[in-house]
Amino acid sequence: MRELQELARKLLADGTVKVVIGWEEGPHGVRPAFVVDPDRADRLVFDERCTHNLASYLSPRRPHLTRLGKPAVVVKGCDARAVAGLIRESQLKREEIVVIGVRCGGVLADPSTAEPLSAETVADRCAGCQAREPHLADHLVGEAHPEPPGKGGRDARIGELEAMTAQERWGFWQAELARCVRCNACREVCPMCFCERCVADKTQPQWIESSPHARGNLAWHVARALHQAGRCVDCGECERACPADIPLGLLNRKMARVVEQRFGYRAGDDPAAPAPIGVFKLDDAQEFIL
Amino acid sequence: MATPAEKITGFEPRITAFVCNWCTYTGADLAGTSRLQMSPNVRIIRLPCTGRIDPLFILKAFERGADGVIVSGCHPADCHYTSGNYHARRRFAVLKELLEFVGVESGRVTFSWVSASEGQKWREVVNGATERVRELGPFDAYRALAGSRP
Repeated sequence: MRELQELARKLLADGTVKVVIGWEEGPHGVRPAFVVDPDRADRLVFDERCTHNLASYLSPRRPHLTRLGKPAVVVKGCDARAVAGLIRESQLKREEIVVIGVRCGGVLADPSTAEPLSAETVADRCAGCQAREPHLADHLVGEAHPEPPGKGGRDARIGELEAMTAQERWGFWQAELARCVRCNACREVCPMCFCERCVADKTQPQWIESSPHARGNLAWHVARALHQAGRCVDCGECERACPADIPLGLLNRKMARVVEQRFGYRAGDDPAAPAPIGVFKLDDAQEFIL
Repeated sequence: MATPAEKITGFEPRITAFVCNWCTYTGADLAGTSRLQMSPNVRIIRLPCTGRIDPLFILKAFERGADGVIVSGCHPADCHYTSGNYHARRRFAVLKELLEFVGVESGRVTFSWVSASEGQKWREVVNGATERVRELGPFDAYRALAGSRP
């Protein structure tokens, strides 16, 4: 933690960056922090409560943040994939930012909890994580942690869903999506939802009904999952932000599995790897096409 | 929501076909000028290329009451715009798996390549899709999402 604060102070003091985006202690656990004064760099913390993906604040659709000046952003390995994604999709230039990587040993599903990291409290995506050390980072801080606890239940849940009949799956998703209030938290928190104008906001023609209504809810979540296919970095922020506890991670994970299986692509923190939807191979599988 | 004809004859599938201008539309035209008999359940929407087909088109078709959808364009290597169908192929692969995952029966969406000379194949695609959707029945599950609205 000292190392992180010292580095942030130095970067701000020598004018390398104008703002350091990290985490600080808040009234309900940790929260994102924007440090512009080198003397305040000691606010920064990093521990297992730092669940938030701060790469969301680099998106060009947040001009009030880009106006602050060149940022340094503190990222975990999973968050670094989002930074790489923004660079890959020309939303950001690598030299416009400084990336401070922190070594991670898993984070809590709920950043406001005070409980220690255990198989029950760990975020589902952390089990078996292969990206605990961001390669994209300019500066890497912190000590190596032991592997995160937990087994990760999502793949098993997806398997259960796939074993159901289409009618049963339809029933499952209708019950889940019925709770959606279309608050767009999943979109706003997502680092990879960077469109200046979202298709869900278009009204002429209106592709996606905007009221919380079964038909529009389905269209929105299908469109969101499709747009995230090959783009989602599995940071879990959409599911954490959802006030209705809709298992959006299942949709994202399913899409990631399809993209990996069909196109051999897995979201990583190499910005030079091409986005799988946007390139093609002449011999892509087409067993589903008559 | 049965039409007057359906009240007499029973369920007739309504199928929307999104086809590319250069291959499948021309192929369907050939099927017509060749006087090939095929099931009359398909309404064609002509687009410049399969690459122009946004997956939301397919959802919108279901929202507006389609029981099934056909998506068809040029065979690989035949695209008028060189690579539109290759891009579409990746998108449709993902779309197909997602629709199945949210519970849309796989028989409701048919993907095919039909060239301008394949009037016969177009007939098979149309008849096959109609038969599959006829077996699945009307897509009441999707229509029910709208509540009482049409």
